[in-house]
Amino acid sequence: MHEMGIVLHLAKTLDETAKEEHLSKIGSVTLQVGEVSGILTDYFVECWDYFKPRHPILKDSTLILETIPAVTWCDNCKRTYETVKYGRECPYCHSGETWLLKGNECIIKQIEAEEEEPDEASETDEPSSSKTE
Amino acid sequence: MRVIELKETVTASNDRDAEALRQELILRGILLVNLMSGPGSGKTTLLSRTIRDLPDLRIAVLEADLDATVDAETIEALGARSIQAHTDGMCHMDAGMTRAGLEALGTEQTDVVFLENVGNLICPAEYDTGAQRRVMILSVPEGDDKPLKYPLMFRESDALIISKTDALPYFDFDLEKCEARVKKLNPMIQVFPLSAKTGEGMAAWEAWLRHSLPKKPAK
Ligand SMILES: Nc1nc2c(ncn2[C@@H]2O[C@H](COP(=O)(O)OP(=O)(O)OP(=O)(O)O)[C@@H](O)[C@H]2O)c(=O)[nH]1
Ligand SMILES: [Mg+2]
Ligand SMILES: [Zn+2]
Repeated sequence: MHEMGIVLHLAKTLDETAKEEHLSKIGSVTLQVGEVSGILTDYFVECWDYFKPRHPILKDSTLILETIPAVTWCDNCKRTYETVKYGRECPYCHSGETWLLKGNECIIKQIEAEEEEPDEASETDEPSSSKTE
Repeated sequence: MRVIELKETVTASNDRDAEALRQELILRGILLVNLMSGPGSGKTTLLSRTIRDLPDLRIAVLEADLDATVDAETIEALGARSIQAHTDGMCHMDAGMTRAGLEALGTEQTDVVFLENVGNLICPAEYDTGAQRRVMILSVPEGDDKPLKYPLMFRESDALIISKTDALPYFDFDLEKCEARVKKLNPMIQVFPLSAKTGEGMAAWEAWLRHSLPKKPAK
């Protein structure tokens, strides 16, 4: 249940950001996901769709996923190569002494959002208010 | 619409909760240790021996592992308290679950709490639980190439216990090579090769643990 956990934390982080920045609505969330982060993007989107309605601020938002390519460093020949293509063994010298440099992160790059109206900021998330009528 | 650049990890909210919990526990003089490892690495055996060797410390265990009933009985037979934490079916413990677990456990009369995290080497490393110390256990039968496969876990730990060293003669495990690999990933990490069976190496681990205790608040 890796994806579900990440979405849960993501939603919570966004709720807090919205409060701090006085946002009324989030339009889009851009996530950068590492190629070898272990996150299955299809499943991630499903989890996101499941959670969205539960967080009023995210209700109408879209999720934009960007991929960060994975790069591995070979400690033997001091070169870098594409992790996904060659795996753990260095394609140049066939050493196994290799480390992932990047590609397993999951970062919230940016969000697009609407701000609260300054004069009624204190009651915008009052669910019982009927001012929309 | 306004664009707001965040460049935050998705777990930023958890990181803040974890930091608050960490500071609270330090003020109360309680050491929380997050124990992470694959299944069967010797956590229960290590904890049992540690509890027996340090009778002056009041130790409690927060079990996040799913099949922890047997482990809980073993721990309680030694006079330490233990409780099952609720992971809500997740692959890891986060700060909120840890706080709830500690509240259920009750920590008034406690010096050290071990959080026995869910038995895998990927997810627990990504979530800060609020522990002051993160300790990873790697057992000799698992092999010295584990650091190459799970670099994050090694990078995020304060200490590495290489357990079951009494089994070294039977396995192709190069202790020096393993230590060098780990130090390259994380130069600050403390490495404790030990055997909870024979007791070899236990003293260094226990001294480090004692040294990690926060100062008790002056009453
Ligand atoms: N040779 C040797 N065997 C050990 C040592 N410590 C634990 N074992 C054995 O390893 C097996 C697993 O030990 P546990 O302490 O139950 O390991 P665990 O990590 O708590 O296991 P789970 O809770 O099932 O994940 C048992 O058969 C232990 O007897 C040790 O220092 N040396
Ligand atoms: Mg156990
Ligand atoms: Zn190479």
